Amino acid sequence: MSLLDYFRSSKKNTANQAKERLQIIVAHERRRRTSPDYLPQLERDILEVIRKYVDIADDQVSVTLEKSSDELSVLELNVTFPEDKRQGS
Amino acid sequence: MAKIIVVTSGKGGVGKTTTSAAIGTGLALKGHKTVIVDFDIGLRNLDLIMGCERRVVYDFVNVINNEANLKQALIKDKRLENLFILPASQTRDKDALHKEGVERVLNELSEEFEFIICDSPAGIESGAMMALYFADEAIVVTNPEVSSVRDSDRILGMLSSKSRRAEQGLPGIKEHLLLTRYNPERVQKGEMLSVDDVNEILAIKLLGVIPESQAVLNASNSGQPVILDTESDAGQAYLDTVARLLGENVQFRFLNVEKKGLLKRIFGG
Repeated sequence: MSLLDYFRSSKKNTANQAKERLQIIVAHERRRRTSPDYLPQLERDILEVIRKYVDIADDQVSVTLEKSSDELSVLELNVTFPEDKRQGS
Repeated sequence: MAKIIVVTSGKGGVGKTTTSAAIGTGLALKGHKTVIVDFDIGLRNLDLIMGCERRVVYDFVNVINNEANLKQALIKDKRLENLFILPASQTRDKDALHKEGVERVLNELSEEFEFIICDSPAGIESGAMMALYFADEAIVVTNPEVSSVRDSDRILGMLSSKSRRAEQGLPGIKEHLLLTRYNPERVQKGEMLSVDDVNEILAIKLLGVIPESQAVLNASNSGQPVILDTESDAGQAYLDTVARLLGENVQFRFLNVEKKGLLKRIFGG
């Protein structure tokens, strides 16, 4: 690899970074927009309850409400437990 | 009945007023009686871009408050027979625009004009909400840049939930994407989001792509809407955009790097 190639490859394609970051944040904000106002508080409350038993960080709980039809909405709760901190029953 | 088109973006400085002036002028060029309404109360600038700043006597807020009638406030364009401007007021009163007043003025304009272009202020405050509330169609002006794209998405959310059409359960506002300040050289180098990237994220119909162009500053310097500079790339891109808005099928131009010869590089053109 020539010196020139070295400089070229070290220069990142920032447009791709922009696109990836936007896809994530826009999807996140769209979910927020279409979900009920109580969802953030519900998420915090659930986080507090889980914290009584397991030490987890703020971003390890995600709550989403998806409307699958006019009559049915599904509340999805995702909790990531840290591997080494998992406690026995 | 006039068609009400809001030019909006969320983010400031992306080219809303440039676009409002260009598209309004373009529609008039095509023979449609058009009025451009400046909703940016307190920060009026459409008058400057249109080159009629010294002819403002009464404004939008005067008409709403019944201090003047529409005929007194409308400024007739000196270049085109069927083009008018309703300037914003320079008041600092944030609540100068209210739904009832705006509705009354738009209804009155609707009787006389084919197109009403609403030049929205930046942000998501009341002025921006008023500009989009009564719209039938929306032109979302976006730069190929992260904050602009994000704010455009936010505005798209507002268009589908906070408009009259949404509140009354009518068919939704027709949304168009207008990408401005596009630089094909930087896109090719991977330094700028491409048309396809932005289109994929926002997922609305692409109305036009306006290349980053020196003609835009020259136009605003002289108070001539850039669409009248028919030699320029931006002017031509706006002409294409207006044709598409009117339902014509026009191919997109200025998306790729133009290969310039050495002489062209030296002497321009």
